Amino acid sequence: MNDYAISVIVNGVTYERRIPPRRSLVDFLRDDLALTGTHVGCEHGICGACTVMLDGVPIRSCIVYAVQADGASITTVEGLSPDGSTLTPLQDAFVECHGLQCGFCTPGMLIAATALLREKPDPSADEIRDELGGNICRCTGYQQIVEAVQLAARTGGTR
Amino acid sequence: MIVERPAPAVETTAESPKHRYIGKKRRAVEHRRFVLGRGKFAGDVTLPHLHHVAIVSSPHAHARILGIDVSAALALPGVLGVVTGDELCAQTKPLRQYLDMPGVDWFPLAGAVARYAGEWVVAVVATDRAIAEDAAELVEVTYEPLPAVLDPERAMADGSPPVHASHPSNVMYHRTFVWGDVDAHFAAAERTLQARYRWHRSATVPIETFAVVAAWDVGTNMLDVWASIQMPQYPEQLATALGIPLNGVRVHFDVDVGGSYGVKRGIKHSVLTAYLSRRFRVPVKFVEDRLENMRGGDMHGPDRIFDVEAAFGDDGVVRSLKIRTIDDEGAYPGRSPLQMGKPVGAIVGAYKIASVRYEVVAVVTNKAGQVAVRGFGQAPTNFVLELTMDRVAAAVGIDRLEVRRRNFIQPQDFPYTIPSGTEYDSGDYPTVLGKAERLADVDALIRWRDDARAHGRVAGIGVASCIEPGGGNAIFQALFNPKDDSTTFPEGCQVKIDRHGTVSAQIGVASSGQAHETLVSAVLGEEFAIDPDQIRVIHADSLAGLPSQSPVASRMAIMLGDASVGAARRLKAKMLEIAAYRLGMSPSDCVWDGTGVRRADGTGEIVSWMEMVRIAHVTYHKLPPGMDPGLQAQFVLEVQNSGRLPTPDGRVQMYPCQSFSAHVVAVEIDRGTGKVSFHKYALAHDCGTVINPDIVRGMVMGGIAHGIGAALYERFVYDDNGQLITQTFADYMMPTTHEVPPVEMVEHETPSPLTTMGQKGVGEGGYMSTPAAVVSAINDALAPFGTRIDHAPATPVDLLERMR
Ligand code: FES
Ligand code: FES
Repeated sequence: MNDYAISVIVNGVTYERRIPPRRSLVDFLRDDLALTGTHVGCEHGICGACTVMLDGVPIRSCIVYAVQADGASITTVEGLSPDGSTLTPLQDAFVECHGLQCGFCTPGMLIAATALLREKPDPSADEIRDELGGNICRCTGYQQIVEAVQLAARTGGTR
Repeated sequence: MIVERPAPAVETTAESPKHRYIGKKRRAVEHRRFVLGRGKFAGDVTLPHLHHVAIVSSPHAHARILGIDVSAALALPGVLGVVTGDELCAQTKPLRQYLDMPGVDWFPLAGAVARYAGEWVVAVVATDRAIAEDAAELVEVTYEPLPAVLDPERAMADGSPPVHASHPSNVMYHRTFVWGDVDAHFAAAERTLQARYRWHRSATVPIETFAVVAAWDVGTNMLDVWASIQMPQYPEQLATALGIPLNGVRVHFDVDVGGSYGVKRGIKHSVLTAYLSRRFRVPVKFVEDRLENMRGGDMHGPDRIFDVEAAFGDDGVVRSLKIRTIDDEGAYPGRSPLQMGKPVGAIVGAYKIASVRYEVVAVVTNKAGQVAVRGFGQAPTNFVLELTMDRVAAAVGIDRLEVRRRNFIQPQDFPYTIPSGTEYDSGDYPTVLGKAERLADVDALIRWRDDARAHGRVAGIGVASCIEPGGGNAIFQALFNPKDDSTTFPEGCQVKIDRHGTVSAQIGVASSGQAHETLVSAVLGEEFAIDPDQIRVIHADSLAGLPSQSPVASRMAIMLGDASVGAARRLKAKMLEIAAYRLGMSPSDCVWDGTGVRRADGTGEIVSWMEMVRIAHVTYHKLPPGMDPGLQAQFVLEVQNSGRLPTPDGRVQMYPCQSFSAHVVAVEIDRGTGKVSFHKYALAHDCGTVINPDIVRGMVMGGIAHGIGAALYERFVYDDNGQLITQTFADYMMPTTHEVPPVEMVEHETPSPLTTMGQKGVGEGGYMSTPAAVVSAINDALAPFGTRIDHAPATPVDLLERMR
């Protein structure tokens, strides 16, 4: 199979690469671009660990081929903080509320919650639980995650 | 509308000493790297010339391997090599198992016989994972299917197909312990009851699969390993299996582990990967895919049948218990049978039961191997204990909470020795249960339930209590294998104060979400009276670090906490000596005051932190004669109240510290779908002195979520042909935000007398109590139907059947 040339913008940087058509987007991000913040939990679209933003919409990068992202703009967890080191209100709230333990589901949770807060700046607990229902966390029991999103909504959403 | 509740304040029984940092809200220092996407997980590790592995698995539950043709795989461009079980079994030593089982060998790849569907048979190494997978598909294995046995009771019977032909039977261990006068207590009892329970196979299934990178260096003859590991004696077992000196294995513990809860014991993955690296002289990475993990990762949890008898009075007071446990270990028992040993240390739960007969049977079948799972076998045992207390309550017509109160070990009884020989350190069970009752508002719950029933709905209230032993030790090894006399289970910490006066600590473990850097820095900050956020904690590799047994057994607050205190106090004693010499005083006449040292009578100048640091590191002429320069101290702690062998009748001191919790839940079951939803989840919890309230709460909440999974959803189901049919996340159902309700929790502190701060363990209790509490509520809901559930998980299909 021939490699394909793609051009994608990831966290504001344009990358041009030749890749095999079967390479998943998450493998492309992790292996080709060394952006290892996005994680792989199941590779069949259930756990949400691989969630990234594709043209502003959260998607599961394990069930999208990298070639499908040709021309798209992608945000991964590494791109949430504008300078890569100052925490966004959401990231800060996850730390403050202990909304994580091992940190493995966290990048996907942050992307999903970022999308939620853009849509609904002041979500109820039920709405948060609905939106994050596709991201599995085995560590926290979710409660401190919900509290973190609520805190972020109060302190500044996705700023 | 669901209302999320903030963590409540901690309430204390005893007068707690004044702490600067212990018990206070503090952010976990680890979190910053995770929210920035800068965690370093084993799967993120990359090295020059790194190669990748894919696995060929057996499609048969039991089969002889007649031949393997690897020529097509080897011909594929990018493939470096292929290794079969024959080669690996000849070139490595069997993986460590803990029972004495002659003829039962466990290797990373099956040799002559594959013993379960999904067992790994061949490994392919290639330049990338996709090519390795392509090549794996080209490997031709010829099998001769053999009869398989999947039911543990059938496997125990005469005439069962043997799982290991070289072992006389499928029963790998069978022992009956009797502690106290069980026969007399049963004979004298006003009442007895009998019940059978089933705890089906599930596991804690972290979102990260097992990942390992191994690099054999031909120049230094050293093996470097990065792995998502949570396992005692991992470097030792690697060295033994590979036949290399232990000082030639360097395991890097500065790897973030993406959840474990007991199961990240990828020793077979690691031996395989290390072997491949040495064999092909390239660094090799193996990241299990989800199928390799679920079918072949040997990470399933306990799978048990319990037969229980209880002897009790009309007053609901239980005198004696008989418990028989059959555990289906799968094909390779490994360490898992010891999970029937750990419950010995809390075999009567929180109750003053005078005698116990405990029979354990470890049996092998043609299923994936088991591994340690959160609580090390005590979640199923507590499930059975608590459901039995519910049955006792029903038999005598007394409220379930009241029956527990009548049986509780009382606060004045501590230290209290249970019939199996374990001394409980401290507790106040009636007070904690009372707090759970008030928090849940049980009277209101009863009104809610009765009203729901009056309207034709199916609703119930459940209750469970739980002892959570913490601290860990190795005693079940000797208990289940007289050839094993291990009694040491240490944890170490090394602390340094450098020339600039900053403090760093080295710990010898990787963390999988327990925030050990936060723990150690808080403890050291408290000891040195300095801001914990200024203290750096690093995870040393296995050659640089001190002995450690990894974060198992709810032990790190207890063990790593006190090892850190020990190292800090050694350093403080040295600094005190330095300061006293400088003041021309005897050390006994000087005291610490904040971060400096002064005369004990409070007069005169303070020798400052930086002055002591400078004397230690720079001005040797000011150092007390004969003292070593520098400021560094190590402390290796043996488990408190441990280190003894079992008595001949199998009485043991299991873990030193006993945490306690009481859960009250209310559920409603949908009559049309069988779905269980929570109206209330409340608990009171006591793990002694709390070091970090958010971390304690998170541990409990996470355990509850696992417990809800085990109670209602999660099960590894094998079909009659021995094929695992719940092997993806689409069939193995794990709770999401929709299935885990908001939980209300109150924390109570009964300090342990055995630890420096009064702390106890916290990692496992949620998982040990929740399945019992949830099924207790289901049974209350089913009572009007005259039926009950005695197994976990209680799936919607089970419940629909019961409500017919
Ligand atoms: S890894 Fe993509 S959904 Fe699980
Ligand atoms: S923090 Fe570990 S899986 Fe969510």
